[in-house]
Amino acid sequence: MQANHALNYDYSVAKCFTYATILFGIIGMLIGVVIAYQMAFPDLNYLAGEYGTFGRLRPLHTSGVIFGFLLSGIFATWYYVGQRVLKVSMAESPFLMIVGRLHFWIYMITILAAVVTLFMGIGTSKEYAELEWPLDIAVVVLWVLWGISIFGLIGIRREKTLYISMWYYIATFLGVAMLYLFNNMEVPTYFVAGMGKWYHSVSMYAGTNDAMVQWWYGHNAVAFVFTVPIIAMIYYFLPKESGQPVFSYKLSLLSFWGLMFVYLWAGGHHLLYSTVPDWVQTMGSIFSIILILPSWGSAINMLLTMKGQWGQLKENPLIKFMIFASTFYMLSTLEGPIQAIKSVNALAHFTDWIPGHVHDGTLGWVGFMTMAALYHMAPRMYKRELYSKKLMESQFWIQTTGIVMYFSSMWIAGITQGMMWRATDQYGNLAYSFIDTVTVLIPYYALRATGGLLYLIGFFMFAYNLYKTMTVSKAIEREPQNASPMAA
Amino acid sequence: MFHWLEKNPFFFAVGVFLVIAYAGVVTILPDFMESARPVTGTKPYTVLELAGRQIYIKDSCNACHSQLVRPFKSETDRYGMYSLSGEYAYDRPFLWGSKRTGPDLMRVGNYRTTDWHEYHMLAPQSVVPGSIMPAYKHMFKNNTDIETAYAEALTVKKVFNVPYDQPDMPKLGTYDEAKKALMEEAALIVADMKDPEVKEAFKRGEIKEIVAIIAYLNSLK
Repeated sequence: MQANHALNYDYSVAKCFTYATILFGIIGMLIGVVIAYQMAFPDLNYLAGEYGTFGRLRPLHTSGVIFGFLLSGIFATWYYVGQRVLKVSMAESPFLMIVGRLHFWIYMITILAAVVTLFMGIGTSKEYAELEWPLDIAVVVLWVLWGISIFGLIGIRREKTLYISMWYYIATFLGVAMLYLFNNMEVPTYFVAGMGKWYHSVSMYAGTNDAMVQWWYGHNAVAFVFTVPIIAMIYYFLPKESGQPVFSYKLSLLSFWGLMFVYLWAGGHHLLYSTVPDWVQTMGSIFSIILILPSWGSAINMLLTMKGQWGQLKENPLIKFMIFASTFYMLSTLEGPIQAIKSVNALAHFTDWIPGHVHDGTLGWVGFMTMAALYHMAPRMYKRELYSKKLMESQFWIQTTGIVMYFSSMWIAGITQGMMWRATDQYGNLAYSFIDTVTVLIPYYALRATGGLLYLIGFFMFAYNLYKTMTVSKAIEREPQNASPMAA
Repeated sequence: MFHWLEKNPFFFAVGVFLVIAYAGVVTILPDFMESARPVTGTKPYTVLELAGRQIYIKDSCNACHSQLVRPFKSETDRYGMYSLSGEYAYDRPFLWGSKRTGPDLMRVGNYRTTDWHEYHMLAPQSVVPGSIMPAYKHMFKNNTDIETAYAEALTVKKVFNVPYDQPDMPKLGTYDEAKKALMEEAALIVADMKDPEVKEAFKRGEIKEIVAIIAYLNSLK
């Protein structure tokens, strides 16, 4: 990569989204910790009347971290990376500056409205697509604005060849657009019946069809929000921070097109042994196994990028965050396919092993990569060195401990639960009543919640470190080429 | 080819879209023609049950309870007959859930009663010692939104031809007719309940959320 001194990149929108990432990260993870403790200590359900029960807070947690924390993280990196890999500054186009700002404000209003409505219990019940139709329309508007920003910047680019990260940002845009539109097809009841709540709607699909569309969406929302844009980040930030070229172009090509083709088939693995057609279930199972290939392709490509430079892992905590993230990506993309095998799924489905799996992906891969990206961006956006390396090191180990506590307790809980549901006595009768399978899990729920709490503490350390970096850290004169400067 | 695509963003985007859209076209579209046929005996929800279903969604009961009995002996022993696709023909949205923190509710109407639900919603630990489910006291205070439930029923009747007002199917009629039928249906549930405030409110013409959600849970068979 050539030096960027010639261009003055405009980071005003990237900065706004950075603040949003921190804000929604705290809200989303805090609610996550609360509901995790609620499962061990049910009295915590009564902190805020009807608005504080597990049922109300759970969609808030998932939407808060996915569409609050992570989307703003993705947008923050886009408004930083996009300009750099296309070799064009946003400031060159007043139109794109307006689009960027509008994108941010409509996004903020939408997410804040989402928080309020979910607290009130206004939603459609579809997982990760709970928002009612007026907010769905707002989401479409902000998504189109993001699209204009992406393709507008591409339109005025100087670097003609799209870098790997760009492929993944484009795929994120297209994938989410398609999935979100089709899964949220609904009819507002007020406009047909002329009475009732104006914001209420009913799904266009019924029963099994609705389930198929929902999990085609639900699984691939994971693909196009938790995976694709995070790969976009790591392909930019890891080579940049380490000063190492990407290991293999061919491998990145294979992984990209492979991931695009294979991922969308795998949604059926959420519906094994349900009433969807058998062949859809089998396809979901098979393609989930194949999915290991493109997933590990990207992860191995990243690990091999560090070939001969493993010493950096000791010196630079940012490299540590990123390498740990790709390692967790490998773990998570192996665990997922294992759970998608029909006989394993018969045991694992509906148990705590599933949230366990989701969280080693989200906390380890998504969370670590997003935080590393923002750490890398901060010295360049604010022209100051990172505030504290020591704090970063402690954060790394506290959060890693948290993640390990989280997934190991959920492995045990999930498999225990699955085995107890199917256990029979010597006469072939069920050995346990349902409540037996609940009370036995309470210690693991407490352990999991504490793991989550450690992660949240780490996130506060991250927020503090960034805040100090922005405000009091030592100024730097020249933009660092590779390794981010940091005070001990 | 790939080098060329990377220099031509428009065709690159078209290529990506075709590759990702392909799976949906093959796996989802064909079954839309097929699987919406109801099983014999499956009926659309009454307005009161639908109102209860909306409360079920409002409080995200589906975050902890599934409505899908898988075809394993351990599940049919515990919950009853495994689920059939046609049983969900009138479920908009579907409520299968993805997690069983609590037991499956697909056929809860077969083995729980109005008074069991009443005690359970007020204090889950009083009927299931060790339960980690929260109490839903606010359901005894909030009124049911009947208008929105009627609006939903009328919408699915008009837009999706859900067979209300057909022989052997629930009557919908005008809002006033539906409201009258709903009060009669609710009266039967209130009669089985103990809570004096819910009974008092019913005499004033108010239907508390707890009545509607019990009607819905009783309908799950």
